[in-house]
Amino acid sequence: MTAKTLYDKLWDSHVLRQNNDGTSLLYIDRQLIHEVTSPQAFEGLRIAGRKPWKLSANLATPDHNVPTTDRDKGIADPISKLQVDTLDDNCTEFGITEFKMDDIRQGIVHVLSPEQGATLPGMTLVCGDSHTSTHGAFGTLAFGIGTSEVEHVLATQCLIQKKSKNMLVLVNGQLNPGVTAKDVILAIIGKIGTAGGTGYAIEFGGEAIRSFSMEGRMTLSNMAIEAGARAGMVAVDDTTIEYVKDRPYSPKGEQWQQAVNYWSDFHTDTDAQFDKTVTMGASDIKPQVTWGTSPGMTISIDDTIPDPTEESDSIKQEGMRAALEYMGLTAGKRINEVPVDVVFIGSCTNSRIEDIRAAAEVAKGKKVADSIKQALVVPGSGLVKQQAEEEGLDKILIQAGFEWREPGCSMCLAMNADRLEPQERCASTSNRNFEGRQGQGGRTHLVSPAMAAGAAIAGHFIRIDEL
Amino acid sequence: MEKFTKITAITVPLDRLNVDTDAIIPKQFLKSIKRSGFGPNLFDEWRYLDHGEPGMDNSRRAVNPDFVLNKPRYAGAQILLARDNFGCGSSREHAPWALEDFGIRVIIAPSFADIFYNNCFKNGILPIILAESTVDQLFQAVEAKEGAQLTVDLQQKKILSDDSLGEKIEISFELDQFRRHCLLEGLDEIALTLEHSDDISAYENKQKEITPWLF
Repeated sequence: MTAKTLYDKLWDSHVLRQNNDGTSLLYIDRQLIHEVTSPQAFEGLRIAGRKPWKLSANLATPDHNVPTTDRDKGIADPISKLQVDTLDDNCTEFGITEFKMDDIRQGIVHVLSPEQGATLPGMTLVCGDSHTSTHGAFGTLAFGIGTSEVEHVLATQCLIQKKSKNMLVLVNGQLNPGVTAKDVILAIIGKIGTAGGTGYAIEFGGEAIRSFSMEGRMTLSNMAIEAGARAGMVAVDDTTIEYVKDRPYSPKGEQWQQAVNYWSDFHTDTDAQFDKTVTMGASDIKPQVTWGTSPGMTISIDDTIPDPTEESDSIKQEGMRAALEYMGLTAGKRINEVPVDVVFIGSCTNSRIEDIRAAAEVAKGKKVADSIKQALVVPGSGLVKQQAEEEGLDKILIQAGFEWREPGCSMCLAMNADRLEPQERCASTSNRNFEGRQGQGGRTHLVSPAMAAGAAIAGHFIRIDEL
Repeated sequence: MEKFTKITAITVPLDRLNVDTDAIIPKQFLKSIKRSGFGPNLFDEWRYLDHGEPGMDNSRRAVNPDFVLNKPRYAGAQILLARDNFGCGSSREHAPWALEDFGIRVIIAPSFADIFYNNCFKNGILPIILAESTVDQLFQAVEAKEGAQLTVDLQQKKILSDDSLGEKIEISFELDQFRRHCLLEGLDEIALTLEHSDDISAYENKQKEITPWLF
């Protein structure tokens, strides 16, 4: 038998028909639905008189527009409210399970689905959201789709797809203390570029990757899309199996053992071939801070801001100049001298319990600097929030001067009321530093939760061991 | 979906790398529950001098005269010339909806982000990938001659210049057979897939044995 990669196995086990034009009909096991990219899909079903193919495959929640304060008062913005109400109405009309805004299980789709065991190894999972790559952490083929495809999956449980190429990103050896999954993925994007993974499905492997918890693997896979790859994934191992055990949607009883046996094959065979392999040494990776307006514009905390004149490609040089101007930064300045106005700890990249613990550990017994206008901690789901409160993390953070909020996407993309003002500079644990992403004119620096908490305490970026 | 066969139109050059979907249609406009009406807010933060919000009368807003889409010579453009990694970022289909609503039917670039590329075909937009040097050549040609038009012919898979461009351009492009067919015919992909309902059911019946926990 031919040796296969993890991606090959996931692909082959879900192709139900191959067309002679090179496309395949791929079966989708799970679809996650949120309020922003679904209303037009439901409308399409209604217009065509179609029904969902398999109701139980879908799970919905509002996350992008929900307020993170005073939730009992509802949503103040009437347009945001209409979008969330529309999701509620559509789920009721079609019979789709939804965790509504007042449900403790509500949260960011990419946080709540793994938490519920709705994300399982060996499955295909889609959502009208590019960060669906997150679920690849479970040895799952997971990718973001547009609204037309959301409708396609609702109506048929399938997608017409062409297979991507295989890329392996190996991070060998052991990471230095204080280097997190966020730093590793930023360093990878810095190395291969924001289009480096375009056309590929990326498998992350190597000792450093294997050592990550499931939450670390989710952070890593989450940002595969920022390297251009629709899907990022990590092979199934004991860490994966241990995580999914006994969750509400996980298989139980006799099916549990059958599932564990089935999942154990979801790893790359020894002799399998990749179209491209990128190798990095774990010990070379330092804590990262992005300096520009693309996630690939990243440097280590010890570095200075790069100089466009040292870039030979004229189009890239112009891109660097535009980024420096937008970010209000000068080449040659040390990144750890750059002052910060706002700190945001949250998003589908970094809002899980380990992220909150990492922030609280840095903040414990310290105070947010007077120069910081706002320091927000937004847990990824109601259950993350509850657990953090049981561990007393909320108190540590509140005592240090952070605001402790209700779950949602929040300032990652500022569709709710949480946003930056023009020229405000933010240390953010989110995934995109595009112009205007966190509010028009806002300046985003992507960092790990520990680094964000450190910036809040110091008032500027800082090595955590220097705090 | 509207069929795409051939168009002849003005081409607008957008000379920026990594144009992301947040730039194409900023997040505040994603709150709409409709598919149409996004055109006036295409590239909102670059196109206008003020901050745009849903419900504003866009005809009364101050436009940024330096932004290429606002230059009179490119008025009515239906072809967008772009740089590497166009459409990166979020999966929002609102990005192709905004482009289409504005009137753009073809985007030419050295590379596109995967999800955006895929979304274009669902909305009658043809994204064309060409070598960087060819894209450079088109940038130079389009910027050099005001009012010049290009013809994009999907039947022939060719980009052609008219006499107004001065130099003769004839560029062939590649596109996979299925996508070309769907665009040319304006096909409903869901109806195509539902023709294989029996195959889908047969697959599900088999999977009920292999992965019963998913059923």
